Amino acid sequence: MENAFVTITGELWWAGDGRVPKVILRYPKYQEIEVAGRRRVADLLRELNLVPEAYLVIRDQRLLTRDAVVEEGDVVEVRPVISGG
Amino acid sequence: MRCLKCRADACIEIRRHNAAYCEAHFVRFFLDQVERAIREERMFDRDEPVLVAVSGGKDSLALWDALLDLGYRATGLYIGLGIAGYSAPSQEKTERFAKERGAPLIVVDLADEYGLGMDEVARRTLRAPCSACGLSKRYVFNRVAREHGFRVVATGHNLDDEAATLFGNVLRWQTGYLARQAPVLPESEDGLVKKVKPLYRLAERETAAYAVLRGIDYIVDECPNAQGAKSLLYKEALNRLEEASPGTKQSFLFGFLDRGRPIFEAARERVAFRQCVRCGQPTTTEVCAFCRLRDEVQQRPPRRGRGRRAGRRAVAPTSAAASAE
Repeated sequence: MENAFVTITGELWWAGDGRVPKVILRYPKYQEIEVAGRRRVADLLRELNLVPEAYLVIRDQRLLTRDAVVEEGDVVEVRPVISGG
Repeated sequence: MRCLKCRADACIEIRRHNAAYCEAHFVRFFLDQVERAIREERMFDRDEPVLVAVSGGKDSLALWDALLDLGYRATGLYIGLGIAGYSAPSQEKTERFAKERGAPLIVVDLADEYGLGMDEVARRTLRAPCSACGLSKRYVFNRVAREHGFRVVATGHNLDDEAATLFGNVLRWQTGYLARQAPVLPESEDGLVKKVKPLYRLAERETAAYAVLRGIDYIVDECPNAQGAKSLLYKEALNRLEEASPGTKQSFLFGFLDRGRPIFEAARERVAFRQCVRCGQPTTTEVCAFCRLRDEVQQRPPRRGRGRRAGRRAVAPTSAAASAE
């Protein structure tokens, strides 16, 4: 099973044959974070220290609510929604 | 989580309304909120031509999409700001949207028409880029609207934008700005067209969700000049409050509009407008701020150590001006 990669830029990344799902954060700086297995979207965002109000979590072009569960093998995008200036 | 309307799986929760919606009912909710804003604030009528300021970002494209879907006569106005690496893809997405929807689009390139790309402003002046950018956009909105016979300009400002602006103005007690912050700024006899914000009831996360669900290809990247902008800091602070207490942003903004703004409005000093001696646009000074900015850029040599990269790029055919042709 392929592992989930989560990006904060709108790009999707695949983990190849790695055994542990990874979260890739590219904003505000590039970093990769390994996450262990299934978890709720709310928990995922909390672990990443992201405020849910400022992000959409998207899987297969569908929006996920906070109580949705991200499984191993999912490709999940965490998209920032805040713009400034 | 289940949809409030049909009990199907929800795609988004609206915590301040204690609600969640499936895709179809969220789109309906979004359009209802836009319609409600337009109707309650008397922004414009169904048959009235509206000029929509579009940047290629989620808010303005979502607004344009919603207005078209609701049957309004919405024409897009895209302003090429001359920001290297950002303006060209923004324009491309805007033009693609217009083509796909069969919607009319007016394109104005700041560098071509006024010799005033934002990279050039950054190289030649000490102004904060967002300040010069905002000034230029407001000028072009008004000028193009008048030249093309539009009496209303709609912008994609959302609830988060408005709450963050309010937060900043309160922190500094900018009473003049507080008097003028509203979802509708009426047309003036001095030549200022009416400005409206039909998304002011909708959170930024909701405009992004609408754009995703409607398949709108918007520019996700932040404007490079906005990095470190105070508005982002204010939004972050407000979102942390919202997380702890849903509805905070809405009650902050709506409470101000209902009970706070009238007080500042009543105490506001009235200023007389006249025509700029250079361009004829409305201004409070002899020469308007936009013409003064143009002077500043034309008179000063490029500053060292800032915007060099942008300067080099400006000679290559990668700017918004080049892609517009």
